[in-house]
Formats: sequence, C-alpha cells, structure tokens
Amino acid sequence: MRFQPVIGLEVHVQLKTASKIFCGCSTAFGSEPNSQTCPVCLGLPGALPVLNKQVVEFAIQAGLATNCSITPRSVFARKNYFYPDLPKGYQISQFEDPICQHGWLDIQVEGQESKRIGITRIHMEEDAGKLVHGDVSGLEEGSGVDLNRACTPLLEVVSEPDLRSSDEAVSYLKQLHQIVTWLGICDGNMEEGSFRCDANVSVMPVGSETLGTRAEIKNVNSFKFVKQAIEYEIRRQIELIEDGATVVQETRLFDPTSGTTRSMRSKEEAHDYRYFPDPDLVPLVIDDAWVQRTRDELPELPEQRMQRFMTEWDLSAYDAEVLTASRSLAEYFEACVALHVNAKAVSNWMMGEITRALNDSGTSIDCCPVTPRLLVELLKLIEGGTISGKIAKTVFEAMWQSGKEPATIVQEQGLVQVSDSGAIEAIIDEILTREAGQVAEFRSGKDKLFGFFVGQVMKASKGKANPAVVNELLLSKLKG
Amino acid sequence: MNISVADVEKVARLARLELSEEEKSLYAGQMAAILGYVEKLKELNTDGILPTSHAVPMENAFREDAVSPSIGIEKALANAPDRVESFYRVPKVIE
Amino acid sequence: MEATKAMLARIEAVEPQIGSFITVTHGQALADAEAADRRIASGEMTFLTGIPLAIKDIFLTEGIRTTCGSRMLDNFIPPYSATSWEKLHSHGAVLLGKLNQDEFAMGSSNESSAFGVCRNPWDRTCIPGGSSGGSAAAVAARQATATLGTDTGGSIRQPASHCGCVGLKPTYGRVSRYGVIAYASSLDQVGPLTRDVTDSAIMLGALAGHDPKDSTSVATPVPDYCAALTGTVKGLRIGLPKEYFIAGLDPDVQKTMDAAIETYRRLDAEFVDISLPHTDYAVATYYLIATAEASSNLARYDGVRFGHRAEDAAGLLDMYTRSRSQGFGAEVKRRIMLGTYALSSGYYDAYYVKAQKVRTLIMQDFMRAFGDVDVILTPVAPTPAFKIGEKSDDPLQMYLSDIFTIPVNLAGTCAMSVPAGFSAAGLPIGLQLIGKPFDEETILRAAHAFEQATEWHTRKAVI
Repeated sequence: MRFQPVIGLEVHVQLKTASKIFCGCSTAFGSEPNSQTCPVCLGLPGALPVLNKQVVEFAIQAGLATNCSITPRSVFARKNYFYPDLPKGYQISQFEDPICQHGWLDIQVEGQESKRIGITRIHMEEDAGKLVHGDVSGLEEGSGVDLNRACTPLLEVVSEPDLRSSDEAVSYLKQLHQIVTWLGICDGNMEEGSFRCDANVSVMPVGSETLGTRAEIKNVNSFKFVKQAIEYEIRRQIELIEDGATVVQETRLFDPTSGTTRSMRSKEEAHDYRYFPDPDLVPLVIDDAWVQRTRDELPELPEQRMQRFMTEWDLSAYDAEVLTASRSLAEYFEACVALHVNAKAVSNWMMGEITRALNDSGTSIDCCPVTPRLLVELLKLIEGGTISGKIAKTVFEAMWQSGKEPATIVQEQGLVQVSDSGAIEAIIDEILTREAGQVAEFRSGKDKLFGFFVGQVMKASKGKANPAVVNELLLSKLKG
Repeated sequence: MNISVADVEKVARLARLELSEEEKSLYAGQMAAILGYVEKLKELNTDGILPTSHAVPMENAFREDAVSPSIGIEKALANAPDRVESFYRVPKVIE
Repeated sequence: MEATKAMLARIEAVEPQIGSFITVTHGQALADAEAADRRIASGEMTFLTGIPLAIKDIFLTEGIRTTCGSRMLDNFIPPYSATSWEKLHSHGAVLLGKLNQDEFAMGSSNESSAFGVCRNPWDRTCIPGGSSGGSAAAVAARQATATLGTDTGGSIRQPASHCGCVGLKPTYGRVSRYGVIAYASSLDQVGPLTRDVTDSAIMLGALAGHDPKDSTSVATPVPDYCAALTGTVKGLRIGLPKEYFIAGLDPDVQKTMDAAIETYRRLDAEFVDISLPHTDYAVATYYLIATAEASSNLARYDGVRFGHRAEDAAGLLDMYTRSRSQGFGAEVKRRIMLGTYALSSGYYDAYYVKAQKVRTLIMQDFMRAFGDVDVILTPVAPTPAFKIGEKSDDPLQMYLSDIFTIPVNLAGTCAMSVPAGFSAAGLPIGLQLIGKPFDEETILRAAHAFEQATEWHTRKAVI
C-alpha cells in the first residue's frame, strides 16, 4: 500500500515590539532571569492586562500579507492550564474569534506547479516563561522559572492540513518566514525561538478520503529540523500501520541530535483548557478604515516585488527571486537602480561580489559598507571606461575595507584604465618583439595564442589597459 | 442533577485541588444541589440572545508600545516561597 | 493627627469585640497623619486629607500584608498598590488598616474569613454581612471614618444594610479594579462604605475615573457628586419592581420598605410599578458566571511565585494540589469546583454560555425599566442580619440571600444601600436604590434626600 502524508503547521511568530503584549516590560532577549517583569507578567494578584496596540497593527499586517480576512470584532480568551512557566494559570489567547481568518499562501516546490496552502487562522497570544533545569547550581533538585519571556507577544499562524510532503512544509514555512521578516514584525531568529513550528502529521492510504490519526510534533526550530522531523514521523507512522499497529493521537517531541521524535509521556492527562472570553479585556473592534489604512501602508510584498523586478528591470526569475529574498536586499537593489545605472549590472554585482563579501564577513546587507551610492559610482567608472571590470573588483575590495569613494581609490592607486592607443601600442610592440617565436606560431595558424598575447599586454599594463583597445590593436598588428 | 464522586474527582484534578473522601462526598451533594437549582435557566428560551461578557459596552482599550520600568528582580522574588539566584524554584519539571 | 490617634485608640478598645481588622497599620497611620498635617499646614488639602480610613484586605497595599481573608496569602507583601487606594492616599487619606472579609470575597456573612469571626456591632451574635463584613462593621463600630469594600454580588450593599451604614456600588467600569484581588472580573466593583451619603459622594468623587491600567475602566467624565446632593426628589420617578416585594419577605423588612416609600411620597417623588421579569434567574446566572471566572482567577495561586506552598511536596503536581488545598478554605474550594465544572468540556454551552445569555435578559430588564423610571427602590436583603453559624451548612440558602443585590452586578449598573430602619430586634435594615449606568448622581441625590428626611443614619451601635 502506498501512503499519502497530510501535514498542517502551527507557527508561533514572536512579534518585534519594544514592550510585552499586556504590560510595559521590555521584550529584549537574554537579560538576567526575572529582571523584565512586573505585577502583570508575574501574574500577581490584582494585576490586569492592557493590550499593546502595536501587536494588533502587526497582526493585521500579517493577516493582509497572507490573504486573510480581518475579523471585525475579535475577543481574547483564557486558556486554562497549570504549568510553572504560566504565571496566571491561564494563557491569554484567542479562541472563538481570532483576528485573522481564511487566508492562503501560494508555495512553489522545485519541479512542481505552484500550490495554494490554506491558512485557517492567525491569532494573538502571550508567550509563557522559561523553565531552566540543572545547569544552574541549586537547580539540581528542581527547576528554575524565568518569566522574562512571559507575556511576550506571539502570533500563532495555523495552516490547513493542505501540505503533502516535507518539502511543501518547508517551502510554506520559508515563505511565511520571509513575509513576517519582510514586514518587519518578527526578527525571524529561529535559534532564539522567534519563529517556532509545531507540525501535525498523519498518513492515509493514497486515494483515501479519511484522514489518519495525527501526531503533533513540537520543538522543530529550523527548516532542516522541520524536514527531518516530518520525514521521520511519516516513516514511523507508515511502519506502524504496515506492522498492523495503530497511530496514537499524541504530542511528540523532536530530538535534533537523533533526528527522531518521541512521545511526551508526562502529558498523560487529557487536556481540558476551559476556554472562555477573558473578562479583563474588552472586545477588539477593527473597522474597515483601520484595515484599509493598514493595507495602504503595507510594503510591497516579496512575491509582488519579484514580479515587478522581472517586468520593470527585465531580470530573470532566478535573479529577481534572489534579490527579493529579503526586503533589505530588494531595497538595496532599488536604491541602486534609482540612480540610473544598468539594472543588469547592479544585479550581477549584488549576486556576485556583494553577496560573496557579505557572506565572507558575516555582514547583513543593512550594514554593507559599500552603500548603493558607492556601488553606483563604481559601476559608472566601469561604464565610462575609467576602469575595467577586472580592476573594478580590486577597487571594490578597497571600498569594502575603507569605505572610500571609488574615484578616490582609483586615483590614489593609479588604477585609471589606459585607453590611449599610443601607450598601448608601445606595450604591444615590446611584447611582440620579445615573443617573436609565439608571433610566428600564431601567424602560422595557432589562433589560440591570441589569449596569451592579451594576457601579456594586460600584465605589462598592470591590468589598466582597456581590453577593447588592446584587442583591436593586437589583432591588427598580428594580422598585419 | 446527579454529581458522582468520580465527577468531583475529575473536576478537582482539573482545578489542582486535593480533597479528602469526606470533602468529595460533601461537594458532590452540594454541587448537585446548586447545579439542580441552576437547571431553572433551562426554562428560558435564549435562542437568538447574544451572550453578555461585559454589562457595560466597551471596546478597544489599548496601550502604546512603550517600555516602562520593570519592578526589579528583588521585588519580583520577594514573595517567592523558594528561589535560587534570580529564579523561582519549583520541584523538578520532567518533560 | 488627633483624629488618627483617637481612631487607633478606638480600634484597640473595641476590636476584641468586633474583629473588623485583619491588620492594623499603626505605624503607617501615624506616618500618613503626619504627612497630612504637613499638607494641611501648607494649605494643600482636600476633603480627604487626614481622614482616617480602613480598607478591605482585598486591596493591594505596597509593603503592607494583603491577605484577601485567605490563608493562601498569609504572608503576601505586595510590591504595588491598588489604584483606588493610591487615589485616596494621594488626597492625604490615612490608612488605619486592612479589614476582615470573606475569603477571596466569597461569602455573604464574613464567616469564610481565615482570620477570625467578624461580628455585627449592633448584635455581636449576628453576622455583619459579607463579603465586605469588616468594612461595614468598622464604620458601624466607629473604627474608621469611612472604608473601602468591593461588591461582586452585593458585598458592599448587604453588609452596609446589616450594619446600618451607607454602601455604594458604582457602575461597572466607574472605579479601577487594578490592584484589587479579583473574584469575578466581570462583576467586581470597588465602592465606599460611609456613615452618611455626603461622605459617600466625597469618596466616590476621589475614586472614580479612568485608569489606563484597567481595560474595563471607562473614560466617562467624573461629575461633582457632592453638587448632586440637592436635597430634593420632587418629581423623581421611582420604580418598585414587583419581583422584589414578594410574599415571603421578612415582616420587618417589608415594614421598613413601606415606611421608606411613604417618606419618598412625602418628598413628592412619584412611584411607578415596574417588572424585572428575569429576577428569579439572577442567582443561578450569577453563581455560574462568578464561579467560572473565579475558578480561572484563582489559578494563579499555585505556590510558585507568592503565597502558600505546601512543605515536602512529592513533585510538581503534588506541590500544586497540596498548596492549593491547604491554602484555600471550604467556600473558595466549592466555588472553584463549581466554576471549573461549568467551564469544562461538554458543559460550557449548557452552563456558562447559557448564563451569559440570561445575563443579557436581566440587563435588558433593567434597561427597559429605566426607560420609564429614574431610580429603582428595593430591599437590600430579604432579612436583617442572621445569626453567626445559622446558614454556614447550606451554601445554596446562603447564595439565595443575595437575591436582591445580584441582579445589579449582572446588569453592571450602580446601586446603594441606605439605612432605612431597624428590626424589632434592633438590627439595621437598609433600602436599595438602583440607578441607571453611570448615573450615581441620581441615586446619591435620592439617598441624600431620604437621609435628610429621616434619622436612621444618626443612630449608633452601642459598644
């Protein structure tokens, strides 16, 4: 029997607000335990939550960017359960009326047609704190509770079970990641847990209409792990069924070191979260004007921008996709082309030298020492014939190091291209005299030697000779 | 309305309460009486009636996204029954 | 300073007989009084500067133990103060102490307090009412000029009625709930207990107003409540709901109501017979909503960050269940159980949602009535204060004693209890005036006119 995997993803997106969702404490990562707390996020008696408006703005942006409809009147609900990292004994979340509903994303897996993945809902909620085990002296006998992260704003993005393979899941996840970082509502840092994923995985016989029993896999915090975890889980479930066993509905934890999932047996008790509307918070009413305002202020999204780069600047699909991998990259490109230079040249440089230099130094495009203006200056020197493309790479290196104007570097290092035919002729003559043997061979039909002569001339000119002039003069002298 | 001791035990587990056998049967009886009384709500037809969460109409209470000072570790932990360094300490949590 | 010292002496003298206080804040009171004296000397005073007050132990007070009447919070020293107390304190009010109450405000007799019995100053074998029993008893025993209480289902009005003082429950959202330990968040409201209506108006003026820390506090402007006390009710339309004047009403209460109606007639108020048809469903509705919210509100008492933690727990689950079982008293556990049940899977729609829908009907009753009348007059409680221990074995009977106060909390509107007479046994009986939402001015005016025309509020319990 052949099996069809069915996958749905629940993604927790930590929002990039300055303060927490229901109180004014900072959301900064990595501070001393419990230093970023107050009565509200500690769940002290008498404390009350007040909603951070920026969280709502971000949620609407995320909803619009994923083709959701925005719920005109949404409410917060309490999800009741006991856990030491949950200070109030309930998590403030949304249940019956989430802020965004019925969205979708079109994903593209290599070699397949584009596919639409439904987004059931996006809701706002508060994060829990952190539990620390063992690695602090005094915690050998117990667990430590740090509530700095408690009450940090999250969006939970729930997909429909439309995904059919680990590749589709990763593609969906990457696209969602790109959107939330593009919007600037999430820093996207998966290691620090700013973008976390739980996967619901089941399998059913091909052709069946009935979904199999699903397992929820938690703690898959990189694209690679998502792929591994889902593939492992699919294999595990198929093997179970083929062995005549049944899949149990349960929560499983992914173990990145072994690449496997294991049952979380400690949660033996069935959950009954007793959701009900939180009486401490009032309904959230979002009218059409608010939605429209947000829509108007929404930046052009990666997909749209990629299409525009292809039509407006005549870039290949591949180039356009690379240049829209992040909003900063796309904006760098547009800043360059706005200064009236050849878009193709900008694209080539960004995908070549700039990407390489960024990777080598571990810098992000936002901190690129060669600003769009400087890059454009460099390209102008090439186009104007002041320097050759080869020399430009040398100049670029110097710009990267010093941040100086390319013209200054060319001046200081005497890198101006020599196009003066007299000077070049002199060099050529010298070479041809020196290499008389090779000249004879060339003239007797060994055409391939032409490259050798060009190389010699360029070497003698320290790379500064204008290659076009060199070619022309060499050819006429050799033939003549 | 009948509430069994098993019902009481299930609810107590959810509420993280530990009840003695006496309390269980006492609460079973009292809850049955109260829930029996509450049954009278079924007399009312509430089709098409919207539920009320807040009696006074209210919506959209926000704060701006500005950081305000936290209370500090010592105040946060001042009432802690048990602590280690600047953590609250609880019995070992096994995942 | 003299007033404060005299009050502290009075507390010391009568406290053994009454039990109004959980904590007397002697040092704080003297420091506050000294600060108030300086303010008075510099001319920066208000009506409340230097006035010795006491507040229910449900209000958080920074650096001062706050128990909420529970063993759970026996040692809890809050790191912040309730907005309502901060407001009074900013006027220069003096804090005498923290008052006895039913545990987590759950009760109608003050008998569920973990900190001892509180007695009715008029008859020490009787309950003072609850849950703000200490707040009412302290006013009646003249242990404080005024006190603060909270009212979720009658917890200010019923003890005020039983102890012969003025108790005001403002409209939901009128006074901040920030820093007030929550019982049932959609019903809880803060209000004053005072000797007379003028003090009530002064206190409300200082308490009312929007608090950015409480999402459910409203921005409706705060009027000058004292200016509303015109002394006249001529032409005021007072509704008498037939559902509140039932055959079984205690004869003393009935007689008191009849006399009060007569007084208002003399003052040229007009009476209108009205109906609040869903009154009979209010107690059932209330006990579902209040206990459901309470079951969630009280989940934070888990022994992790504050409050009681059981010794030698065998693991986390054991720590939770034992800490909570030891820290909470019987009534609190009963309500947590009831509320947890009402919210649990399979019962949520039948109980909680149904109750919320009936709540809508109860609200609509009031809104319809207020289309026709300015104020609604009813008894506060079906009987005067009962004996200590009389109803403690039957929670349902205890719940039913709140039948006249509960509908007001469900409707979210304002109401007050005003001294209106005494039973044959000499126990005070109050009348309830219910106003339109955010129209505290009219009930204060009606209460004040009644007070001017009667002498009930001038009588003092002999201690």
